[in-house]
Amino acid sequence: MIKAKTLYDKLWEAHTVRQEDDGSTLLYIDRQFLHEVTSPQAFEGLRMAGRKPWRASASLAVPDHNVPTTDREAGITDPVAKIQVETLDNNAAEFGITEFKMGDIRQGIVHVIGPEQGATLPGMTIVCGDSHTSTHGALGALAFGIGTSEVEHVLATQCLVQKKSKSMLVRINGSVGSGVTGKDIVLAIIGKIGTAGGTGYAIEFAGEAIEELSIEGRMTVCNMAIEAGARAGMVGVDQKTIEFVKNGDVGRAYAPSAEQYRDEQWSRAVEVWQQLHSDIGAEFDALVELDGVDIDPQVSWGTSPEMVVSIGDRVPDPQAETDLIKRNGMERALIYMGLEGGTKINEIAIDKVFVGSCTNSRIEDLRAAAAVAKGRHKADRVKQVLVVPGSGLIKQQAEDEGLDKIFLAAGFEWRDPGCSMCLAMNADRLEPEERCASTSNRNFESRQGQGSRTHLVSPAMAVAAAVTGHFVDVRELMRGVK
Amino acid sequence: MDKFTQHSGVVLPLDRPNVDTDAIIPKQYLKSVKRAGFGPNLFDDWRYLDPGDPSIDNASRRVNPDFVLNSPDYAGATILLGQENFGCGSSREHAVWALTDYGIRAVIAPSFADIFFNNSFKNGLLPIVLSETEITKIFSEERKYKQNQQRYTLNIDLAAESVTTPNGDSYHFEIDQFRKYRMLNGLDDIGLTLQHRAEIKTYEERHKREEPWLFSN
Repeated sequence: MIKAKTLYDKLWEAHTVRQEDDGSTLLYIDRQFLHEVTSPQAFEGLRMAGRKPWRASASLAVPDHNVPTTDREAGITDPVAKIQVETLDNNAAEFGITEFKMGDIRQGIVHVIGPEQGATLPGMTIVCGDSHTSTHGALGALAFGIGTSEVEHVLATQCLVQKKSKSMLVRINGSVGSGVTGKDIVLAIIGKIGTAGGTGYAIEFAGEAIEELSIEGRMTVCNMAIEAGARAGMVGVDQKTIEFVKNGDVGRAYAPSAEQYRDEQWSRAVEVWQQLHSDIGAEFDALVELDGVDIDPQVSWGTSPEMVVSIGDRVPDPQAETDLIKRNGMERALIYMGLEGGTKINEIAIDKVFVGSCTNSRIEDLRAAAAVAKGRHKADRVKQVLVVPGSGLIKQQAEDEGLDKIFLAAGFEWRDPGCSMCLAMNADRLEPEERCASTSNRNFESRQGQGSRTHLVSPAMAVAAAVTGHFVDVRELMRGVK
Repeated sequence: MDKFTQHSGVVLPLDRPNVDTDAIIPKQYLKSVKRAGFGPNLFDDWRYLDPGDPSIDNASRRVNPDFVLNSPDYAGATILLGQENFGCGSSREHAVWALTDYGIRAVIAPSFADIFFNNSFKNGLLPIVLSETEITKIFSEERKYKQNQQRYTLNIDLAAESVTTPNGDSYHFEIDQFRKYRMLNGLDDIGLTLQHRAEIKTYEERHKREEPWLFSN
């Protein structure tokens, strides 16, 4: 009898070039995405060693972390950021790597443009010098973040030396209620297993609630696998995956082309992709289960993504925590966040809102945000609401659908694509002690600007906070709307 | 890469869990296109009381006297003692470069985030996992030494896979043998992989025949 395999087993085995006795595996990498922050030292390393890329066409480069989201015509005003983006331009040109430059409509956040362009395909191994590379696993790929030395290694050899992780199945049983999104699902998972709960594991997300998510929703879930400590998150291929690759709203230039849909190559690809799921009876090293019905919209309260509760809850009281290290961590977080244990989440007022990032800047996210914003206006106390699409093509699509007009009418700002206030490397940032409802992925100290206070939420919840001035259950808000 | 064989050095205790790479080196310093020069901004937000930026001279900033890195007792420390999930968050290798540029040669903690752990080996920074009990004991011994105004040093022997305390207690740590070999010899990973060039070529050709759509651009 053939041993039942997990999706991770299948992807791993299909990319093993050789394996040492101690389990170290030379793993072939199909696609590498490059951005301006973690690649310059890798290219410099190649240059110094006189090496060339093994297969330049396997790489795709895009500037995203540093790019301005406004006044693009003026170029990048920060001289240091400008050098970094120009260095990417020069390196891509020198080494023959395709780049979507700042003025290109295909430019955007690296984890958004990969799937959008079909440069992310089921069955691939995908790396990028960015921890949120796990996003691409939503299409049935093995995708994980790497450091700059490994970026150089992949450029030079098209391979990485890796040891296989343990496998974890996270299953969401049953459906989630309306108003509960992929973001809420993944925050609830992190709340349950903790930020180190997935360390050493590759996580596969499954169950009814995951199956019912769109590919965009699954990307949001896989994106935050790293916030649970897992380098890779993935979802098995189903009909939705294949439809996504085939019927991109914007045309996926890198995927098998439209003519090929009819030809043999497309059918062969689909045949291969349809095998990309865990076999019945496949064994995982760990199993985590949640019931979809128990998941409400989530709001983080502290400085680690595991510090998260449901919208109807209160900020937890550190005195109730028996683990001393944890209690100290909670106390430190509450001081930093300017909050007290016991405060009701829906009584926390906010100063700014950020809708964007590789977690939540796809067209579906913008539609969800617009649905709440429509006919409403940002509350007076809210100083700024930034809406930053994930790519130029998404921006265009949103404008074709009239979403930009809804945002502008609500007093929001409609920006150009990039990482923006998720990590505040460009000019988009919070002032010290400003409190932000953010659709991004990390609420670390000073992540969104020095002294910034971040609360992680879904796009709908972020806009609900924007229009009321405090956190509120978006389901209550929407109930009153016909 | 620098070799790592044996190292003896003063311990810098950082007694908090989930130290993320944003805290190790904040984003505003990631704009550099070089590998060197991150040390002066290691733990920047904790180290200084006012905001920093590449354009600001650190000498003009107010130092946080309560942060361990600023204590004269720990000047020249080379071994960082941390808590669980050290190095979580962003994949930025700059975090490792900041630690090594500052002079840290090893980090000892009960657990590490995966990407940080991998990045460390690429730069001659040895991440050592000891049990929580052992870590707690080392933290407590270090505190006692500090109270007695003595510097607490550890001796790390990579070949022997051991950490030895001033009292002579020795703790064994596990390390992947391939990584150990590379660290001990300071070997270039890429050069090692390229020894398998022919195998990679063979694999690649077969892979391309079987799944040509993966090679479309």
